[in-house]
Amino acid sequence: MEFNKTPLVEMRNIEKHFGNIIALSGVSFSVMAGECHCLLGDNGAGKSTFIKTMSGVHAPSAGTMLVSGKEVVLNSPREAMNNGIATVFQDLAMIPLMSVTRNFFMGREPTKGWGPFKHMDIKHANSVTMTEMHRMGIKLREPEQAVGTLSGGERQCVAIARAVFFGAKVLILDEPTSALGVRQTANVLATIDRVRKMGVGVIFITHNVRHALAVGDRFTVLNRGKTLGTARKGEITAEQLQDLMAGGQELAKLEGSLGGTV
Amino acid sequence: MNSPGNKVADDRLKHVSFFAQLMRRPELGAVAGLVLVTAFFLIVADPVMFNLAGVINFLTPAAQLGILALGAALLMIGGEFDLSIGSMIAFAGLVFASAIVVFKIPLILAVFLTLLVAGLIGFLNAWLVQRTGLPSFIVTLAFLFMLRGLSLVGLKWATGGSTQLRGVTEALEGSASLGLFTGKAFEGLFVSLGEQGWIPKFPTGEPMITGIPVEIIWFVVLTCIATWVLLRTPLGNWIFASGGDANAAKNSGVPVRNVKIGLFVFAALCAALVAIITVLDSGSTDARRGFQKEFEAIIAAVIGGCLLTGGYGSAVGAFLGSVIFGMVMIGLTYTRIDQDWYLVFLGGMLLVAVLFNNIIRKRVTGER
Repeated sequence: MEFNKTPLVEMRNIEKHFGNIIALSGVSFSVMAGECHCLLGDNGAGKSTFIKTMSGVHAPSAGTMLVSGKEVVLNSPREAMNNGIATVFQDLAMIPLMSVTRNFFMGREPTKGWGPFKHMDIKHANSVTMTEMHRMGIKLREPEQAVGTLSGGERQCVAIARAVFFGAKVLILDEPTSALGVRQTANVLATIDRVRKMGVGVIFITHNVRHALAVGDRFTVLNRGKTLGTARKGEITAEQLQDLMAGGQELAKLEGSLGGTV
Repeated sequence: MNSPGNKVADDRLKHVSFFAQLMRRPELGAVAGLVLVTAFFLIVADPVMFNLAGVINFLTPAAQLGILALGAALLMIGGEFDLSIGSMIAFAGLVFASAIVVFKIPLILAVFLTLLVAGLIGFLNAWLVQRTGLPSFIVTLAFLFMLRGLSLVGLKWATGGSTQLRGVTEALEGSASLGLFTGKAFEGLFVSLGEQGWIPKFPTGEPMITGIPVEIIWFVVLTCIATWVLLRTPLGNWIFASGGDANAAKNSGVPVRNVKIGLFVFAALCAALVAIITVLDSGSTDARRGFQKEFEAIIAAVIGGCLLTGGYGSAVGAFLGSVIFGMVMIGLTYTRIDQDWYLVFLGGMLLVAVLFNNIIRKRVTGER
């Protein structure tokens, strides 16, 4: 995406302190339209804190945030959503006992009729759900199917489709592949690719280097609350990313005995 | 699990059999139970149980329980319990009867006052549950005792020492709009049905049934409205979502707090309506009204497919569950079976229903 040089979202020198704990000490990050920017980091690197500041859950202690080049201050997840920033957290905000359609439109039900006869437009909701899921490459048996019958990967895709349908320009995915099997992971990665091609900016949080390299355009590594640098696709190898994430020391030793398997 | 893009899996997934769709309805257990119980009484009971008069005979207590069960069912789907609705019947009965007998308030105002008081107590329950984060089970258990105690104290105060307050019928003689809450509906229709020979008549020429008791009308209408709300409105979706996972619902913009408060108030209003109907029916109120009715209502809701964990269930199910109750309670008098087996049945039915619901839920969600 070379035609638009203004990032959809840009974070500059974000800091976040919880009491005397410094969770983030100057993180800069940006995402362009139609780009998948991977945020890598080991557990405790500050990934979660960082995406929470981006999605309006925490206010940053210092630093600025720009949406389409304009400075904003987000006070709630709702404000982030109104700015086109949607986050798919690991719990997915989905209810297993409810149908895919009911989950898809939860809290934003389409209605028709008026007064006491105002009701949910179930036909419309069902057809939208089917179409949107199809666009994500998921063929539903039927829209009334309970979410609980879907696999983890499919649920992830429903959550992504829902966010995109309701106008997300930037999609933050919190470790969407962490609990999935091989084939399901491939499905989710393919969905990320589809969403990116629709012009949505994707922020893909992961600690799996191979998943990141499969779909990422840019890679930023976070370690102990700091960005260690951003690289473009092709500029960096899996080993280098792995080293950066681990702080570059311990893993080099481990690698010998594990034979490059991690 | 199957994955998209896999041709074999897609073929398998294309159509859902009618049977599978049926299996997914929460009312399935209640329908099966109703069929079983009906079959049982068809075999062992006197056949008059199933003529029109007999059916109305067992639908009347079913309706009184059912109105209560509807409130309990919606609240359970929303993920909360209310154990105080049984005591609420006694308390609302006290408010209603003393408004009429002691304070001589006109009927409509007394009804309004009773609903208002019950609604406020429902709100208080909800507010305490929301505020403290305690399980609704505990908070409403406290109200179970407090409301029962207040009913006793209040009745003694209103009557000067008795726990029964009489004279409601006399005080309301000639009241307009009395027909909304007591007596029978469609009496004209039944007279003409009798004339046409559609329904059996007494030798005097009077039809054997003179109308449908109003509580049955209330019961049916409320079930229809509750079903419509649950299945066809955004509010229904919010109720399921609040009960299924309050946190996920909140994160998706569902006003979980208000939904739950509304459900507590609705359950209390249902109890108040039952109180008004029973007080007008008997012309009196006493402190034991609605004793243990909260449990019967919850059992009816569970037989109707409501999960104890919330997020799943139906109003039609609660309707059928209540009909099963009425049928067994009254049906036993048409047999030679000892009436007290009713309690054994109650417990057994609950156990079977819960086990059945668990199996169904696993099928619905595909969890293993």
